[in-house]
Amino acid sequence: MTEKIELTRNDRLSVAWRSQFLQGSWNYERMQNVGWAYTLIPAIKKLYTTKEDRSAALRRHLEFFNTHPYVASPIIGVTLALEEERANGAAIDDTAIQGVKIGMMGPLAGIGDPVFWFTVRPILGALGASLALSGNILGPILFFVLWNLIRMSFIWYTQEFGYRAGSAITQDLSGGLLKDITKGASILGMFILAVLVERWVSIKFTVALPAKKLAEGAYINFPNGSVTGGKLQQILGDQASGLSLTKMAPNTLQANLDSLIPGLMGLLLTFFAMWLLKKKVSPIVMIVGIFIFGILMRVLHIM
Amino acid sequence: MSIIAVVLVVIIAFFAGMEGILDEFQIHQPLVSATLIGLVTGHLTAGIMLGGSLQMIALGWANIGAAVAPDVALASVASAIIMVKGGNFTSTGIGVAVASAIPLAVAGLFLTMIVRTIAVGLTHGADAAAKEGKYQTIERLHLVGILLQGLRIAIPAGLLIAIPASAVQAALGAMPAWLTGGMTIGGGMVVAVGYAMVINMMATREVWPFFAIGFALAAVSQLTLIALGAIGVALALIYINLSKMGGNNGGGSNGGNSGDPVGDILNQY
Repeated sequence: MTEKIELTRNDRLSVAWRSQFLQGSWNYERMQNVGWAYTLIPAIKKLYTTKEDRSAALRRHLEFFNTHPYVASPIIGVTLALEEERANGAAIDDTAIQGVKIGMMGPLAGIGDPVFWFTVRPILGALGASLALSGNILGPILFFVLWNLIRMSFIWYTQEFGYRAGSAITQDLSGGLLKDITKGASILGMFILAVLVERWVSIKFTVALPAKKLAEGAYINFPNGSVTGGKLQQILGDQASGLSLTKMAPNTLQANLDSLIPGLMGLLLTFFAMWLLKKKVSPIVMIVGIFIFGILMRVLHIM
Repeated sequence: MSIIAVVLVVIIAFFAGMEGILDEFQIHQPLVSATLIGLVTGHLTAGIMLGGSLQMIALGWANIGAAVAPDVALASVASAIIMVKGGNFTSTGIGVAVASAIPLAVAGLFLTMIVRTIAVGLTHGADAAAKEGKYQTIERLHLVGILLQGLRIAIPAGLLIAIPASAVQAALGAMPAWLTGGMTIGGGMVVAVGYAMVINMMATREVWPFFAIGFALAAVSQLTLIALGAIGVALALIYINLSKMGGNNGGGSNGGNSGDPVGDILNQY
């Protein structure tokens, strides 16, 4: 009878390429649905030849869909496998395909958001930004290249994985590997975030505290009158070994705070912001508030 | 700006707008878009520095589900244009451009919502096309959706360029030192909000110790970010392997924010 219709590697590549435009016509009614149909069109064209079949397939894939744009790829892979079997006569009805899509999009979004938006992007972004702050072109390049390398390999290989595993992948989702990846990502993420808080939240107090009187021997005792060569040599040596030139040491609030642990105020500000977020204060309100606070502190000469 | 530069900036804005919704190549991220605008206007270094500063603020901004984050695309494109037209490429000029980005990010949010509402119409067009099996129409409708998202940034960028540079300079020049200085101070602190958003998403009782290690090690200024990254990766691998060896009772709490000691302490205030 008829030959088995198969999706070639090229068909799957074309679908993977299109999946990058999944969110393009994101709308409030069915979210990523048009993008989803757009992504699958190369496969639908290949698998179904009559107008009725194509129309049914397109309508089937214009249903509500929404997930993280990259983890949509394994779902696309599974859907391709199911559609392929269906086109070859297997009894897979619309509900089965819809069920797989809906069943996978929730849990996978739960992995995609923390891993990509809250671990990989902040880390690569911070790495790039810290180089960029000094005007280094490597910053943006590193960010762009690494990100797209990770993203493209992820969407291709997980789509292939989904295609090969078919609907069996649904069980695999609860497996250990994904859990490990998520946990590893959050460990790395927390570690790097602490680094970022310490290094990049900049709070500098300019307030001067009363100067400290230094102990005898901690400063250079300048002799009155003229200085001989030998004495001068000794003074210069003393200064080089860290003795103060004056009896009073300048004392700033910032230096005192730094002697506890550098970045302490930034840490406290971050904790305060976390607390406000949990109290449902909008980030925008906080950002505007911080700018107003910064202006006030500057006017009062505190920072 | 020369005509060529204007055209290129609008094209970059268009791509940033499309990427703002697609979220794939990350052209809309400040690090990329501000750098590109700096490149085509001949202020590459300042563009990179502006991109870096904005990126630090925007680290935690992400579209989750149907929620829309502040619009990084409009923020980075518009503030880069403001910086170029203002003609001040010192750290103060960059600081002011960063501060101007914040209200723009909020304004952009509304533009995104408008386009996402218009796109509902596209869905219904696609439904009609599907009935006829016309996949070309669906493809075209989808591309129209992407196009609209591009225009969402390209049009405001074009308008901003049309404002004479002297007007922008006059407005920026009229800002007193306490205002620009204060904005720079605010810019130094405001990154904490982005970090707080990310920490709130990830923090569990289990991973807080890694935050403490990171904070303490970051004070050692000889360690570069790449060195610290290596330490972080090593710690994560060691922890995962060890927790497997110690049986499966080890890592229980994946319970989100409830298992978050500092959060609990903060909640008690």
